[in-house]
Amino acid sequence: MKISKMTGAVIAVGALALPAAAQEDTKVIGVSIPAATHGWAGGMNFHAQQAVERLEEVYPQLDFVLATASDAGKQVNDIEDMIATRNIDALVVLPFESEPLTAPVQAVADSGAWVTVVDRGLSVEGIEDLYVAGDNAGFGRVSGEFMADALPDGGKIVALRGIPTTIDNERVEGFEAAIEGSGIEVLGMEHGNWNRDDSFTVMQDFLSKYDSIDAVWASDDDMAIGVLAAIEAAGREDIQFVLGGAGMKEMIARTRDNDPMVPANVTYPPAMIATAIELTAVGLTSTAPVSGEFTIGSVLVTPENAAEYYYPDSPF
Amino acid sequence: MSSAERLERGWRPDLRVLGPLLALAALVLIGALLNGNFLSAGNITNVLSRSAFIGIIAVGMTFVITSGGLDLSVGSMAAFIAGLMILVMNALLPVLGAGWPLAIAGMATAIVAGTLAGMINGFLITTMRIEAFIVTLGTMGIYRSLVTWLADGGTLSLDFGMRTLIRPIYFNGILGISFPIIVFALVAICGEVVMRRAAFGRHAAAVGSNDRVARYSSVDVNRVRLTTYVFLGILVGIATIMYVPRLGAASSSTGVLWELEAIAAVIIGGTMLKGGFGRVWGTVVGVLILSLIDNILNLTDGVSPYLNGAIQGVIIILAVILQREKRAEG
Repeated sequence: MKISKMTGAVIAVGALALPAAAQEDTKVIGVSIPAATHGWAGGMNFHAQQAVERLEEVYPQLDFVLATASDAGKQVNDIEDMIATRNIDALVVLPFESEPLTAPVQAVADSGAWVTVVDRGLSVEGIEDLYVAGDNAGFGRVSGEFMADALPDGGKIVALRGIPTTIDNERVEGFEAAIEGSGIEVLGMEHGNWNRDDSFTVMQDFLSKYDSIDAVWASDDDMAIGVLAAIEAAGREDIQFVLGGAGMKEMIARTRDNDPMVPANVTYPPAMIATAIELTAVGLTSTAPVSGEFTIGSVLVTPENAAEYYYPDSPF
Repeated sequence: MSSAERLERGWRPDLRVLGPLLALAALVLIGALLNGNFLSAGNITNVLSRSAFIGIIAVGMTFVITSGGLDLSVGSMAAFIAGLMILVMNALLPVLGAGWPLAIAGMATAIVAGTLAGMINGFLITTMRIEAFIVTLGTMGIYRSLVTWLADGGTLSLDFGMRTLIRPIYFNGILGISFPIIVFALVAICGEVVMRRAAFGRHAAAVGSNDRVARYSSVDVNRVRLTTYVFLGILVGIATIMYVPRLGAASSSTGVLWELEAIAAVIIGGTMLKGGFGRVWGTVVGVLILSLIDNILNLTDGVSPYLNGAIQGVIIILAVILQREKRAEG
C-alpha cells in the first residue's frame, strides 16, 4: 500500500546514528530500499537492518542512514534528502524501478559519492561503482530445469506469475526456455501477484478448469502457500508437486523435512542487500577493491542442502 | 425516497433496478458458454465463498455510503484485525489449549477490534468533524503500517494445530453450503431488512440525503453516522473471522484494495455515492459481478492476463451506465 512505511524504524536508526556523526573522519553510508510491502521485501528489510546493526558495531567510523520507500517517487525524495542533509559518502540503493531512479542516482555519483546498486539495474550503464545483481533469468532457468528433471516424460503444468514487471517477464522467459523440448505443456499462466490470496483464487479456478494437472510452477513461496491451500481444499490427488521460489523459511523447512508436495525451492535471496552493504563498507574502510559486478546466482534447494538455506530469525 | 417516485415505481417495472441484474445474468450466461465447469457446484461454491469477505464488508459500506459517508480503511482494518486475531490466539494457546474456547477468544478479539476501529473512525468523523475521506485515508495507512509492524515485515501465521481446527469455518458448511456463504447471506438479509423496514435505515438515507433537514426532523445525525461506522467495523470483524481460517495467515498484503472493491460493489448495486439512497441487495449483486469477472477471466483462454484490469474496469462502468440510462428513460 502506498502509505505503509517503516518510518519509525528509519527515524530510530537515524537517531541512533546521530551522535557518532560528531566524530572525526566519519563516513556516512546511505541505504535506500523499498518498504516491506510483501514477504520478500520484508526479508530484505530485515537483512538490511541486521547488516547495518552489525557494521555499526564493527566499524565505529561508519555511519548509516536507512530509508525505506513505498514507491519510486518517495525513494527519489529519500535519496535527495540523504545528499542534502546527511552528506553521504556512499549510497546503497535497491531501485524501486529502473527508469525513475536513474537520474537521481546519477546525481549522487556525480557528487563523488560511491554508488552500489542492488538487484535491479539502472537504465544507463556505468553509473554505479558496484552492482550486486540478482539473476532473474537464472531463477526462471533453474526452476525450468528442475521441472524438466522432475517430469522426465513431460506433463501438464500450470504456472502462476508475479506482479507484471520486468522481473516477472525475465523469470518466465528463463523458465520457458528451460522447459522447451522437454514435453512439458503449460496449460495456463495467470498473475497471482506474489500474493497468497490472489494465488489461492487463481489456483481454485485452474482446478475447476483443468481435470488433470501434473505439477504447478508457483514461482514464489507466498504464491506456493496459496496454491497448496487450494489443492488441499479441493482434495485433488493428481498434482504431484508445487515448485515455489525465493526461499521462504517455512517452505525451506518443508523441503528439508521431505514434504513430497514441496520437493525443491529456488533461491532469490533477499539477503543480497546485506552483501551490498557489507561490500560497500569494506570498500570505504579498506584498500581492498570492490568495484565491478557481483551476481548472486539462483540456487536449487533440495532436501539434501535445505538446512544451509534455513534462516530461523528472518521473517521471510 | 419521495412518495412520487415510489408511486411511479408501482406503475411500471423500474428499469433502474434491472441494470445490475441484467449485467449479472449476462456474466453468468457468458461464463456458462465459455466453460462447462462454470456452473459446477464446486466452482459456484468457490466464487460465492471468496465473495463473502468483500460481500460482508460491502453490506456495511452500503449503510456508510447511504448516510453520506465513506470508509477507505476497511481493507487495512481487515488485515490488522486478522493479524491481531492470530497474535491473540497464538498468545493464549498455552493457557487455553488448541480448542474451541481459543477459537471463540479469537473471534471475540476480531469483533471487539472491529467495533473499536469503527468507533474511532465514527468518532473522528462525527464528533471531531473531520472529512470521512481524510479520517479513513489516515486510518487506512495506520492499520496497514501496524500489521506490517506486527508481522515484522513478514507474515503472521497461526499455530498449525489451531489452523487445522478452525479450517472448517471457511471450507465446511451445512447441507453443502459453506459457512462463508451462509454468513454472507444472513448479513445481507439482515442488512436488507434494516435498510427497508427499520427506522435506522430510513434515518441513514435521510442523513445522507440532507443532514440539515434530518436534524430538524429530530434525527440524531451524529449518532446515525457513528452507528454506520461501528456497524461496518463489526462486519469487517466478521469478514476477518471468515478470512483467517482460509490460509491461517495475515501479512501486509492482506486485504489490499478491498476498500475499493467494496465501494465499487456498492455503487454498481445502485447505491448513490453522494448518499441518500441505498440498496443492500444491489450491493450483493455488485459483489457477485466483481467476483464473476475474475472467475470467468481465469476460466477463459485467449484474453491476455495483462488486460484483466481493463476488462474489469469496462464491465464496472457498463454496469453503472446501464442503470443510469434506464433511470433517465424511466
